[in-house]
Amino acid sequence: MNDLRDLYQEVILDHNKRPRNFRILPAPTHQADGVNPLCGDRVSVFLDIQDGIIKDIAFQGAGCAISSASASLMTEALKGKPVDDVEHLFDAFHDVVTTDCECPKGLGKLGVLAGVRDYPSRVKCATLAWHAVRAALEKRQQPVVTE
Amino acid sequence: MSAHSSIATAPAAAVVLDVARIRAEFPILSQKVHGKRLVYLDNAASVQKPQVVLDAITGCYSQYYANIHRGVHLLSERCTAAYEGTREKVRAFVNAAHRQEIIFTRGTTESINLVASSFGGSTLQAGDEIVITGMEHHSNIVPWQMLCQRTGAVLKVVPFTDAGELILADYERLLASGRVKLVAFVHISNVLGTLNPAKTLIDLAHARHIPVLVDGAQAVAHLPVDVQALDCDFYAFSSHKIYGPTGVGVLYGKQALLNAMPPYQGGGDMIRLVTFEKTDYADLPNKFEAGTPNISGVIGLGAALDWLNALGLEAVAAHEHALLEYATAQLAAIPGLTLMGTAPHKAALVAFTLRSAHPHDIGTILDREGIAIRAGHHCAQPVMQRYGVPATARASFAAYNTLEEVDALTTALWKVKELFE
Repeated sequence: MNDLRDLYQEVILDHNKRPRNFRILPAPTHQADGVNPLCGDRVSVFLDIQDGIIKDIAFQGAGCAISSASASLMTEALKGKPVDDVEHLFDAFHDVVTTDCECPKGLGKLGVLAGVRDYPSRVKCATLAWHAVRAALEKRQQPVVTE
Repeated sequence: MSAHSSIATAPAAAVVLDVARIRAEFPILSQKVHGKRLVYLDNAASVQKPQVVLDAITGCYSQYYANIHRGVHLLSERCTAAYEGTREKVRAFVNAAHRQEIIFTRGTTESINLVASSFGGSTLQAGDEIVITGMEHHSNIVPWQMLCQRTGAVLKVVPFTDAGELILADYERLLASGRVKLVAFVHISNVLGTLNPAKTLIDLAHARHIPVLVDGAQAVAHLPVDVQALDCDFYAFSSHKIYGPTGVGVLYGKQALLNAMPPYQGGGDMIRLVTFEKTDYADLPNKFEAGTPNISGVIGLGAALDWLNALGLEAVAAHEHALLEYATAQLAAIPGLTLMGTAPHKAALVAFTLRSAHPHDIGTILDREGIAIRAGHHCAQPVMQRYGVPATARASFAAYNTLEEVDALTTALWKVKELFE
């Protein structure tokens, strides 16, 4: 079970059980849905962006532990950040879950998802909410699909 | 139908399978994954292949391979004989009346698309109805939806109970509309395991002169199928789910229907005479087999059927039923585990959800224990919607699985609970 603990770390299990910012924003400036057809995971993200700053961010949905925890951790990481940081953070996060790179300090708690890199079929779970946020920022109407 | 009872209650005096000997015939099963003994329980997705099937494919390519049906040389004659020999084996396997009623396709999906396109396309009109069931695989939904879009026909769906049994009263009500031109249903559900009462469903449709297609993808490896006893008009299945290679499927169709249907695809092998003004089509079965087929794959299917016949489907069904009963009891004892599909007549698969863990997480954790299961919607999203779940985990059994492997599954599921609770 040891190598599984690398994937399912306590922080991930905790965020899966008690997801943060798990709600609907009443008046979001941006929102989008993400779907992973492989496993049926579905996430909706809501953002309130004022003067280029993510004032509030929340999500709803049903998914596996990896996608739920990743969405929860993402909302914590992005709240209060400038919108312009999202692409950079996503790129860094994507590298962490797909390559053997050192986890950059700036990613903070998101680094607990590094174990996903050993489970290629689960990368889409970890990045689903991020894809939804990027779709929201681009104001895409169709749900973003991981396939 | 005798097969009905054979799967529901194990025959008392069944021949016991020598599972250790069977396993030794599957080279892939002896490996370790993630350092653990492989426990392969994803058989409803695709079963592994015995050495005799691998040898048949290699033997074709290394000893007598050539294109079929057109060579005057020895290799082509030998290869044609092996290919057509499999047609006869398939005919006998499903007890079709004539060998020309057996069409080779790429798989169940193509077999169904062939009927939708050729039979459906030439007979259906706007306002006609096609009846399917709520427990179909996408391959027995989407071709009919596409046909409906093309013709203006309407798709009607027979609902099923929480246990996973079709509601026959609703089926009869749908048939009574007077507009139904085709019924298509799954013989065994790939998610629920339900063995549908095929003979009853067919008889009810035939009482109203409605032809019936049966999707037998999950059935043929698990119970004896007799298309004449069933009296179905079409029966579709795949080689890869019956210990044969991928890329080969079978469509059985009644001769009169197949003769009346237009070709599905045009090309070589399906013609008698071609001029630029007009083409005369070949007789059955070639009319529906345009182009060079999957020759070695068909020959591999023949070897798979020989192998399965030697085991005996009754014995396989009894063994799998024992696995099902044991797995059902073991899993039902896990708190927070919900089994999906509990029909009394059921094939050897268990679909389930755990309260504390998503099926995808279950799949990953079991994989690290060496256990291959399926996690997802199983290409049956309407079934997931019926139960209000995004996905399920599914363990499905074959002739080579053992009670010890069920134990490994159960132990691993307890570990999942430990991790997530």
